[in-house]
Amino acid sequence: MLSVTGLTKTFPGARALDGVDLSVGPGEVHALIGENGAGKSTLIKLLTGVYRPDAGEIVLQGRPVRFATPLEAQHAGISTIYQEVNLVPLMSVARNLFLGREPRGRLGLIDFGRMHREADEALRALGLRVDVRRPLRSLGVGAQQMVALARAMAADARLVVMDEPTSSLEPREVRTLFGVIRALRERGIAVIYVSHRLDELYEVCDTVTVLRDGKRVHTGLLAGLNRLSLVSLMLGRELGEARAATTGARASGGEPVLEARDLTVRHSLHGVSVSVRPGEVVGLGGLLGSGRSETARAIAGALPPDSGQVLVAGLPVRTGSTPAAIRAGISLLPEDRKAEGIVPGLSVRENIALAALPGLARFGLVDDARVDRVVDTFVKRLRIKTAGPHQKVGELSGGNQQKVLLARWLAMRPKVMLLDEPTRGIDVGAKAEVRRLIDELADEGLGVVLISSDMEELIEGSDRVVVLKDGAVVAELTGTEVTEERLLRAIASEGTRAPEPTGAPEPLEVAERAGAARSPDADRRDRP
Amino acid sequence: MTTELAAPRRAPLDRTRLLTYLQEYGVYAGVAVLLLANVLFTPHFLSAENFRTQAVQVAPVLIVALGMALAIGSEGVDLSVGSVMALSTSLLSLYLGYGPWVAVIVALIGGAAVGLANGSLISFIGVQPIVATLALMVAGRGLALVLLPQLKDVRDPGVASLGSGDLLGVPYPALIAAALALAVAFTVRRTTFGRQLLAIGDSRPAAKLAGLPVRRVLITVYICSGVLAAVAGVLATARLQASDPTSLGTLMELSAITAVVVGGTPLSGGRIRIGGTVAGAVLIQLLTATLIKHDLPPSWTQIAQAVVIVLAVYAARERGKR
Repeated sequence: MLSVTGLTKTFPGARALDGVDLSVGPGEVHALIGENGAGKSTLIKLLTGVYRPDAGEIVLQGRPVRFATPLEAQHAGISTIYQEVNLVPLMSVARNLFLGREPRGRLGLIDFGRMHREADEALRALGLRVDVRRPLRSLGVGAQQMVALARAMAADARLVVMDEPTSSLEPREVRTLFGVIRALRERGIAVIYVSHRLDELYEVCDTVTVLRDGKRVHTGLLAGLNRLSLVSLMLGRELGEARAATTGARASGGEPVLEARDLTVRHSLHGVSVSVRPGEVVGLGGLLGSGRSETARAIAGALPPDSGQVLVAGLPVRTGSTPAAIRAGISLLPEDRKAEGIVPGLSVRENIALAALPGLARFGLVDDARVDRVVDTFVKRLRIKTAGPHQKVGELSGGNQQKVLLARWLAMRPKVMLLDEPTRGIDVGAKAEVRRLIDELADEGLGVVLISSDMEELIEGSDRVVVLKDGAVVAELTGTEVTEERLLRAIASEGTRAPEPTGAPEPLEVAERAGAARSPDADRRDRP
Repeated sequence: MTTELAAPRRAPLDRTRLLTYLQEYGVYAGVAVLLLANVLFTPHFLSAENFRTQAVQVAPVLIVALGMALAIGSEGVDLSVGSVMALSTSLLSLYLGYGPWVAVIVALIGGAAVGLANGSLISFIGVQPIVATLALMVAGRGLALVLLPQLKDVRDPGVASLGSGDLLGVPYPALIAAALALAVAFTVRRTTFGRQLLAIGDSRPAAKLAGLPVRRVLITVYICSGVLAAVAGVLATARLQASDPTSLGTLMELSAITAVVVGGTPLSGGRIRIGGTVAGAVLIQLLTATLIKHDLPPSWTQIAQAVVIVLAVYAARERGKR
């Protein structure tokens, strides 16, 4: 089906891909894994015509191909599902599905009746029931991804490349996606599946190729490879730096450094109370849309609550004001690192100093020597890998961007840190490092609120877990109760419904939502 | 994608890199080429008198462009600058009776007030900059005409000397423009305000979550732009020795945007190049002067400007694509 030999791509200053071979047969689901910067994205972009190779050849169905544009790759039968949905949000679902190949009637006009009928059929085949005439943006991210997938299938793809397709999906949507992948396999369509989530790989993939530093280090059947060897292949070293178990190890005495009381935000939070003591890591558990991010944002002043109180070290903080929260010692590491965290065009130095700037200035003039000292300290302490303090943050890997953000907040000497998905989308090595940093910070007496969709991370990292469901606290696990099983049971438990009807959480049949031009992430958070 | 990407680049001079250079230094090269061509082909170009004329003529555009660069750097734009110039000339001649200095200060306060209105609309009400400043562009010109319905001579030795006087042979308008350019460059580079402005221009949500005073910074940006436009209005009035609110500053916003864009400041915000903006204004001035001195019709000037803009935008586009 697809066979790639000796593929090489060099960017100014770096060889991103170095003589990589890859072959995928019909009906094969092939996992492509590697740390950030291993060359996965480059390989995908070469396959889909975004970049052109410097050397090597791509053979598709027995014929060597060269793609000048992504469109050519599509016509040749290679479709791609990206992490972020690449569709037109304002157009209807059906139009998105048939964009560029609309069924024509007489006079060359679009045959809307047929288009809507066929779109509806295509989506039903994927288990998605929506009104195809509605604009795409009124759907949830998961449903949008299904539309993208339907589009890829309808385009008569022979090979579907999926780049982290599940990173913004609900578990239920992931199930649907896997069903679709199996259907693709039965139809003899090859799939290249890129993901950081090992569980998913083992569940859905047949074979695996591991990339490291632009080279292929392993190809083989996935079934014969255990997790530990897979991870050590990716990292090129043994995971010796595993975290020590910390559950319940830290003293949980003392007055709370942060207390949130009865936070209520229409449609998303219903009287959420959380308290954190110094040196304690409090996990916020729950599914996507359960109000975890909203709780963090309400505490940090980024989401004005309708009622409720936030106290830091016993003193009330004005709600709905980010500067007030920051002055009080609350720092928020936002979920959407790229859109809300880093300032991509500014340097590492400027990004670290950003929040602390007024404190590093005299009469409005920035004291460059002091900024350099602060930046230097944190680059060393957090081991930020950068070509220099003047490198643009947008050019760093995800893990290092996250460290830059941590540095920005640590420079403010916060009392409480709210970490929303601190390890999402960063590679395994950096993940371990960030987790260790969180532990270190807590050991130094910082109060930490940790949000993570990675259940293992949440359980291992937290001293206590507050479980949210539909915007309300349903359980609090302490000490030995902090286990995956208890957490799952709390999430799955019935009762403690939200006092105000918020609409049942139906991930696939999505209710119309307000808010037009927002990022998928913002939309996802707003889901009732 | 990788950290190595920013390692020292030693690749051969290919097309992308050429375009990067074109965007970074193209405007300086353009100025140099025009200067050289004029020295070779234009008679009397190297006279002190000619340089003084060029400097006096470029000063208002340059000063307006400085404020425009701040607005564009914050991912906005200020269309009201031309009207602010008209408003300041009206105020200047209305208050001339209280003495030239009072009149100048009132004119500058007028500019600041328009800037405050722009900034408030944008940061408190959330109106898009292009719409908010468009509203003030219409309102400002209207107000200027209400205050001073027709052209009026400005007979004041103080104001006149501002337009035609000099210090060691350098005309006042050029000195003022240079001083303001230095001040704005210093503000952008070295002050908290400047750094915050760039962060806001690059990523508004990130700046907000980092606790930056987004509203205060944006309002300050538009006040600066308004005051700078008012300064330009005062200098233009001083040179003409007349207040003409009907035509003073018309299409100034476009000239200023041209200077900023040609100077390599991206319209997407997050980066401000003051040196480039100065060179951009000078480039357009030289271009106009060259064509005039060679007796080409004014329509040619506009065509030449258009070509320069297209070149600048082309270079910027290629750069963004990697």
